[in-house]
Amino acid sequence: MLDLTWLLIAVPLASSIVLMLAGKRANPWGHWVGVAASGSTFIVGLGAFIQMLGLDSEERAHAVHLFSWIPGGELNLDAGLLVDPLSMTFVLLVSFVGTLIHVYSVAYMEHDPNRRIFFAYLNLFVAAMLLLVLADSYLLLFVGWEGVGLASYLLIGFWNYKPEYATAAKKAFVVNRIGDIGLIIAMGLMFAYLGAVDFETVFAEAPAASTATLTAIGLTLLLAACGKSAQFPLQSWLGDAMAGPTPVSALIHAATMVTAGVYLIVRSAPIYAGAPAAQTAVAAVGAFTLVLGALIGMAKDDIKKALAASTMSQIGYMMLAAGLGPVGYAFAIFHLVTHGFFKAGMFLGAGSVMHGMKDQVDMRRYGALRTAMVTTWITFGLGWLAILGIPPFSGFWSKDKIIESAFVGEGAQPWILGGAALIGAGLTAFYMSRLFFMTFHGKARWTDDQHPHESPAMMTVPMIILAVGSAFLGLILAVGDRFAVWLEPVTGHVEHHEPVLPVPVLIAATLILVALGVWVAWRKYGAADVPETAPAASLSTIAARNDMFQDSVNRAVFERPGTHLTRTLVYADAAIVDAAVDKQAEAWGKTGETVRRTQNGQVRSYALTMLVGLVIVIIIVVQGGL
Amino acid sequence: MSFVTPVIAWAPLAPIIIVLGAAAIGILVEAFIRTPATRRAAQLALALASLVGAALVAILQWATLDGAGTVVLEHMMVVDRQALAWQSVLLLFGVLGTLLFAARTRAGEEAFTPLGAVAPGSTEETLARRKGMQLTEVFPLALFAVGGMMLFTSVTDLIFLFVALEVFSLPLYILVALARRRRLLSHEGALKYFLLGAFSSALFLFGAALLYGATGSTSFDEVGAGIASATGLDTLILAGAVLVVVGLLFKLGAVPFHSWTPDAYQGAPTPVTAFMGAATKAAATAALIRLVYGALYGLDWELSWLFWTVAIASMLLGTVVALVQTELKRMLAYSSIAHAGFILVAFAGFPDSTLSALPFYLLTYGLATMGAFAVITQVRERGEDGTVLGEATRLGQWAGLGRRSPWLAASMALFLLSFAGIPLTAGFVGKFVAFSAAMSEGAWPLVLVAVIASAAAAFFYVRLIVLMFFTDVPDGQEDAVAVDYSPLARVVVVAAAVAVVLLGIVPGPVLSAFENAGVLLLGAAG
Repeated sequence: MLDLTWLLIAVPLASSIVLMLAGKRANPWGHWVGVAASGSTFIVGLGAFIQMLGLDSEERAHAVHLFSWIPGGELNLDAGLLVDPLSMTFVLLVSFVGTLIHVYSVAYMEHDPNRRIFFAYLNLFVAAMLLLVLADSYLLLFVGWEGVGLASYLLIGFWNYKPEYATAAKKAFVVNRIGDIGLIIAMGLMFAYLGAVDFETVFAEAPAASTATLTAIGLTLLLAACGKSAQFPLQSWLGDAMAGPTPVSALIHAATMVTAGVYLIVRSAPIYAGAPAAQTAVAAVGAFTLVLGALIGMAKDDIKKALAASTMSQIGYMMLAAGLGPVGYAFAIFHLVTHGFFKAGMFLGAGSVMHGMKDQVDMRRYGALRTAMVTTWITFGLGWLAILGIPPFSGFWSKDKIIESAFVGEGAQPWILGGAALIGAGLTAFYMSRLFFMTFHGKARWTDDQHPHESPAMMTVPMIILAVGSAFLGLILAVGDRFAVWLEPVTGHVEHHEPVLPVPVLIAATLILVALGVWVAWRKYGAADVPETAPAASLSTIAARNDMFQDSVNRAVFERPGTHLTRTLVYADAAIVDAAVDKQAEAWGKTGETVRRTQNGQVRSYALTMLVGLVIVIIIVVQGGL
Repeated sequence: MSFVTPVIAWAPLAPIIIVLGAAAIGILVEAFIRTPATRRAAQLALALASLVGAALVAILQWATLDGAGTVVLEHMMVVDRQALAWQSVLLLFGVLGTLLFAARTRAGEEAFTPLGAVAPGSTEETLARRKGMQLTEVFPLALFAVGGMMLFTSVTDLIFLFVALEVFSLPLYILVALARRRRLLSHEGALKYFLLGAFSSALFLFGAALLYGATGSTSFDEVGAGIASATGLDTLILAGAVLVVVGLLFKLGAVPFHSWTPDAYQGAPTPVTAFMGAATKAAATAALIRLVYGALYGLDWELSWLFWTVAIASMLLGTVVALVQTELKRMLAYSSIAHAGFILVAFAGFPDSTLSALPFYLLTYGLATMGAFAVITQVRERGEDGTVLGEATRLGQWAGLGRRSPWLAASMALFLLSFAGIPLTAGFVGKFVAFSAAMSEGAWPLVLVAVIASAAAAFFYVRLIVLMFFTDVPDGQEDAVAVDYSPLARVVVVAAAVAVVLLGIVPGPVLSAFENAGVLLLGAAG
């Protein structure tokens, strides 16, 4: 099975192409082809996983050579796949959650006339995402990286007849481009200073390279990761990306694609090993974003945007862990996996709520849905408990480890990073409980024409499976550090470090803050009445409602100067470059008109031209020069 | 004085013999088949069969040749890989040219006058046209031209070179004069071509005489040896060398020996222009290579002045004057002058890589030329009563062609881009290998001029593309231009377009074949 991993990419890609080309005749069966393609990736992935479990841990990295891709000169690159515990983790996550979401989408998109195309894009996404995590070189990873970007763009703008959705897609595309530039520059630096872009050579050369080189590569990789994972300062696109159909938000903008940045950082561990400054930058970005996302999440009334802010914040946790170095890598990926389950589950729950509420997304018009949608309420509730980090649910095992690791170190760093992680946990508890209570508890604030009902089984079954994962996966993987040991061939073995505060104190502090967050949320949104329109609020709440004015900041810092720069350039182009070209063209034209006169049609003057030319040429040659 | 029976190796001559033999048979066909339609069919079949057959033989010989090649006739003629490469290219142009010669409009109109020997506009002409007479001599004439050109690429003796030159020139003079429409223009172009050609032949012979006087031989190898050992005869040798080179530069259409080009290109029937533009340039380049590398190698420093001057003058004049042309065929004529300059760039410093770069360059240039003129034959003026008239060659008439016949206009755009040397077309690779050859000898100023001239030249190529695709047809002119699809011309356009794209994207196999041809055999025995 390990040698068949190329099928993981080929099958969904082929299915995607078929669905795109098949046309309307594929409408009755197209979505099932999509589900089958996605399901087959899970089966192949599972087979490969079982085979890998049978190997010793040091033999688990398996290279699959595909073909000679760029043969030539100094850059000689083969296309190949690297199947190791890290990529296998992603393969299982993407194919399993992806398949569940495919099934869910069959029902969710039932009435959409373009369901076939939707599945084509979903399959394209699965193929690109698996290529991204399986690639054995940065360049091939980049192909997948752009592929998921494309799929994300297409799916955010899936309902592009609404101008604001099309704009959202474009925004995601443009912001991601900035991150992509980082990856391109990083590859350029690798090629220039390390002589290759494949993982094996780069990682072998990295220890010998200078700190400056590695720091530059590390920071550009971080820029790439920020773009894809919606981390500060490139976070602005994720909220708008909720314009896409909800299964897309669940799969791409919560569980998988947005975590690609974390994958990139963890995969590049040997580079960060030699660049402590870049590593600290990763942790700082993560810590900042996790608080920022949580603050935004506290003020959002749109259920999907609140979840998006939460995703941003949770990825901040993963980035923070990845920025801690080998101590944190395993926990970053651990949290990524558990988050993939509970966040995807909650998004599907949100989709189920929207399905029952005629696409209403304003939580102020929800309330008391626990009776109308029991399954959704329970499954969502398990996700809620997981993200809060209540033991023994999944989130507790992964998030608590990150908080612990953040407190490891010397000087002020553990206090700042750890403090941010700890406060983030309390904020998370508040905004997630707010979301949960506003939706499922309190009084019904539905609009008159709404009759909430439970979604069909094809939607609830995936939600139930994900909820089971949200509940128990963390515990299963955490027992005996099973997950950390599994990743050890990639992240390396790390001795246990003691945090600056004792572990029981940290756990207790976290749980107290979480309980506090839940209690405040209950008081304000569970027990008390929630107004149907957002009340006037303090300046800080307004700032949070407006995503901390991220768009205004971007406009002032980038767009306006950019516009002025382009205007200046256009002017300079017209006044200097064009004018020079025009004048020159005029001069050429005039010369042409003059020379043209020698072609006067008289054969005798032609012969004279030849003769004079000949004489001149003979003189030049005999003289030996002009 | 005693005569020795010359020893001739016949087998390597097979392609030339096939073509010239078919030409001779073609003359007999003229005499014995009286029905025009049958005669035409027979001539066409004969020409195509002989050209394709000869091409297959030439390519087979090229592929199976051991060593550098064969001395066919001591001191006089060789057939080596270089010669076979050029012969294959020429035969390809011959095949495409013959197809164009045979192309007819939908109304059955040929490119050639029904009777070449009568005065334009005379009653005899009208009568000949009404009786459906056809001038099928064009096929044997083309075969003679191709045969002469093939000889031209292989001879290693100045006198023999002159004979070959005349063998292919004389049929071309006649062909140029045979246009069906605008016959006076055609006659004028042919006469100018003939007069100036005679002038340049005289210069060539004069140069040959001077070289004979200086070295005592007309054979390349002995002239070369004579130059190497010469002391004190420099001026005689130099003048002789310049004169023979100029004789070939005339055929190449390089400045200042270019004056015939615009008039002949414009006046000639367009199929003849296509054939002449592609094949004459190739033959002239082949002979120039053999002359310079075989006989005049010792004068590389002195002759470099000649090549640099002429190359720069050709590139600049060709480009500058093409900018202001309003007639399509004249514009392409000036473009061909600029291309003569680009070809000469590869001679700077006489690098070895020129031997493989130029056959490829001329292949790409010739394909684009064939294709472009084949497109021109299909864009026609339309009379008031809707009849299809002669070719629409004023630039303005091509406005909006892209909307009317997108495929035809797209192929034209492809050929123009190839002329301009835009990447992913054959022309780019051609220019790249030619200029690389010059760079390898450090002639970067020349390459710089060449690149600037290429960039400036792109202007008038792209102007036509803009005209075809982005300009509306002037009001009231919607019906003034007709696209007359002729199946044979379309075959040429498609073949050339496919080749231009393929050679632009995967030039590897053909390039390596020509690399294998970069070997010259000098005339001496053994």
